[in-house]
Amino acid sequence: MEEKDLKYYAKVHSIESFGTVDGPGIRFVLFLQGCHLQCKYCHNRDTWNINGGDYKSLDDIFAKISRYKNYIYKDGGVTVTGGEPLLQAKFLIELFKKLKKAKIHTCIDTSGMVALTDDIKKLLTLTDLVLLDIKHIDDEKCKKLVGKSNKLELEFAKYLSDNNIKMWIRQVLIPEYTDDENDLKKLKDFISSLNNVEKVEILPYHDMGKYKWKNLNCRYELENVRPATDSDIEKAKKILFS
Amino acid sequence: MQFKQWENFNQGDWQSEINVRDFIQRNYTPYEGDSSFLSPCTSKTKKLWDKVLELYQKEKDSNGGVLDIDTKTISTVNSHEAGYIDKDLEEIVGLQTDSPLKRAIMPFGGIKIVEKSCVAYGREVDPEVDNIFHTIRKTHNDGVFSVYTPDIRAARSSHLLTGLPDGYGRGRIIGDYRRVALYGVDVLIAEKKKDLEVLDVNELTEDIIRKREEISEQIDALLALKEMASKYGFDISTPASNSKEAVQWLYFGYLGAIKDQNGAAMSLGRTSTFLDIYFERDLNNGTITEEQAQEIMDHFVMKLRLVRFLRTPEYNELFSGDPVWVTESIGGMGIDGRTLVTKNSFRVLHTLQNLGPAPEPNLTVLWSTRLPEGFKKFTCELSIKTSSIQYENDDLMRISLGDDYGIACCVSPMKIGKQMQFFGARANLAKTLLYAINGGRDEISGKQITPKFAPITSEYLDYDEVMDKFNQMMDYVATVYIKALNAIHYMHDKYSYEALEFALHDSEIIRTMACGIAGLSVVADSLSAIKYAKVKVIRDKTGLAVDYEVEGKFPKYGNDDDRVDNIAVEIVKTFINKLKKHPTYRHSKHTLSILTITSNVVYGKATGTTPDGRKAGSPFGPGANPLHGRDSNGALAVMNTIAKLPFDSAEDGISYTFSITPGTLGKNQDSRITNLVNMLDGYFAQTGHHINVNVFDRSLLEDAMEHPEKYPQLTIRVSGYAVNFTKLTREQQLDVINRTIHERI
Repeated sequence: MEEKDLKYYAKVHSIESFGTVDGPGIRFVLFLQGCHLQCKYCHNRDTWNINGGDYKSLDDIFAKISRYKNYIYKDGGVTVTGGEPLLQAKFLIELFKKLKKAKIHTCIDTSGMVALTDDIKKLLTLTDLVLLDIKHIDDEKCKKLVGKSNKLELEFAKYLSDNNIKMWIRQVLIPEYTDDENDLKKLKDFISSLNNVEKVEILPYHDMGKYKWKNLNCRYELENVRPATDSDIEKAKKILFS
Repeated sequence: MQFKQWENFNQGDWQSEINVRDFIQRNYTPYEGDSSFLSPCTSKTKKLWDKVLELYQKEKDSNGGVLDIDTKTISTVNSHEAGYIDKDLEEIVGLQTDSPLKRAIMPFGGIKIVEKSCVAYGREVDPEVDNIFHTIRKTHNDGVFSVYTPDIRAARSSHLLTGLPDGYGRGRIIGDYRRVALYGVDVLIAEKKKDLEVLDVNELTEDIIRKREEISEQIDALLALKEMASKYGFDISTPASNSKEAVQWLYFGYLGAIKDQNGAAMSLGRTSTFLDIYFERDLNNGTITEEQAQEIMDHFVMKLRLVRFLRTPEYNELFSGDPVWVTESIGGMGIDGRTLVTKNSFRVLHTLQNLGPAPEPNLTVLWSTRLPEGFKKFTCELSIKTSSIQYENDDLMRISLGDDYGIACCVSPMKIGKQMQFFGARANLAKTLLYAINGGRDEISGKQITPKFAPITSEYLDYDEVMDKFNQMMDYVATVYIKALNAIHYMHDKYSYEALEFALHDSEIIRTMACGIAGLSVVADSLSAIKYAKVKVIRDKTGLAVDYEVEGKFPKYGNDDDRVDNIAVEIVKTFINKLKKHPTYRHSKHTLSILTITSNVVYGKATGTTPDGRKAGSPFGPGANPLHGRDSNGALAVMNTIAKLPFDSAEDGISYTFSITPGTLGKNQDSRITNLVNMLDGYFAQTGHHINVNVFDRSLLEDAMEHPEKYPQLTIRVSGYAVNFTKLTREQQLDVINRTIHERI
């Protein structure tokens, strides 16, 4: 593997030029490669491998984003997701510096399951919005579902709250995994302890990313779990938003 | 000139000369508000529309979807007796024949097409008519084929040149129907007589003779128009005196045109803001209410939804779903910075809600980033609800065309009453590339179609060698193409002159020779594959290249990747320059469109496997779209690619058909509207020219294929027009469903 200066190069999975569901307005969505979690329901299984993807330079990525300025400058922006984008924080600091200078809204879609290093803190000063995907409010269930404790992400949320960084909290609703009434109540309590939460989004679990697991010859453990329905969402909303 | 009917209008040059733009500029009221003033459908409208729906059903159940044909009366401006749907209910009257949806015969374009169409729908042309057009009167079609050269015939039958208007009416001419309302017909006749005086010169050259004859025919057509209106009890010699009359007079002008000509596209122009001036005057006088104003527009649009032409089933393969392109151009900005959006711009669009979605009229919003927000939101809201609107870049077109142009057909802009085009269909550039590789032999039949060029014989294609030969072959195609178009339009003027439409033009007009390209993305991807990957040629026993194997990756058109997009840009520039080398009929200006309408399916069918890996017979992308499934960076990347195609080199329009699922457009209705507004602002700021917007789920279309009876009004946008989905052939339905619908999971 060739050596690259990780300040100026990122491992990129793909881009989506017209994102409308990850942050406000029209988003240029940058999918970074590599993730340290193993969420059983992941719909981007192909972004996990840290050695996958292609190196793209900071200049190239910024130039590409600039080509979409006409669409995103008003009330959209750039959302970086993955994979886990915070694994490439050094690069994102440089990218976001350029974006801020160009007056483009910056957003990170993350699990928050990372240690709060100086790099991450620096990056967050350049971030307009964090989409924080709470994997599971119950630590034991969280470990089973994604392979890691939720300790770091809850700390991450508190850090955002204390440092006046805007966030949208997201919860993927998976029948029988994340829809337990007590868990949702716990989540609600946790959210109400935070400042700067602009929005809470319940994302219905779907299995449309299943084929990606199969393409990689990986077993899809949630084979028998049904996608969340509108009524599941309504039920969860009642608990979370009441 | 002074008329009582002009009371309360601001004075100006428009009173001393024919100058509709001046009238509009001095009198219209820009509207910057939202849609809350609009009125719902009246009970009268509802009753009348129900009758139309019944007629539609009858039509659908009839042989081949044709309700009835008048096989005896040769259609002209004044040929038929008055016809009504229900006289007591109709605010606006006038039908093409004496009965709704009964189709007329128009044999001046070609008698064979008329005969073929009648037979296809179980009828026969009256023997007397047959006799006249077989033994006495020559047609446009006869004229063209009497002069076609063997190279043109070969290019035509091998589908190198496709869809040429040599057997059907050329269309794409917009009469300035507003003139009928503003001036009345007598003034128009008097002005034409003045033009004849100007042409009373010492030398009667061929040019002068032709012009004098044409103007005389125009005057006759205007006289016939007055008679036609009088059959409905109206005297249109003088100007319209109120809004209802203005709509009626204007519609009579248009009706005369569609009785006179079965043109491929019979577009309406840019009428709604003009009419708004009359509505505003009446509303201010208190002589009508908003409800009545909407009723008049609803009834007018109902008439436009009843326009029918008699066409053959083969024609339907090219241009599917019985389109007539009653294109109405709406909105835009004036050169003085005021918006040309008026309340009536809202009303005409609101018919999509009062009457439900429909493919006609072809509602076309002239988009500017500076349009009032309320209007932007309203059009986007309607697009999301109905998938019935197309958008074209006013900021781009206003530069060369001013602020009183309209769109003919799908994407062809022209100054209203001052410009026309010689419609030239399109050349199949994907096939041209294959001919370049095969030395002019057809990749399907193996026949030598062009003169013998040296074919490429290497195992792998070399980019420079292919480009060299492709250039030569484009030279050849451009030569034959212009030859064919010159012959076609000479004969169309001679045997099927659009006298009424030209009567509603200035006598001195700009003419363009509107050529076209099909298969642009296939060519760009093929050349990209040859340049960036390795393409191996598979030949049959006779040495004919019939298949290709692509080894390795290559950049694909539709991903905002300059490496391939620049190839597409170069092809467009190169081809128009090659066309420009050939003199055109009536010194018309060469223009180019990148538009296929629904014919991307038939063109693809007639084209062998291409070096990009597209298999023989499979469809091209429509218009300037990427080939199905080649775009992988999302919708805006496609838009950026298409926006790179230079309008300066393709002034006749660059068509992009965009489809997206509601969920991908945004999480809720409000965000969908805002996102679509911002998307259009962005696309047009990138200098994109045209976009069709469809918002639907794939499953809806699949269900409509199986249960068409559930979706009588399901409308979708295809390349440059809208169509009733259930009227498409199954093949085309599948093409629409398989075409990239932007969807994110």
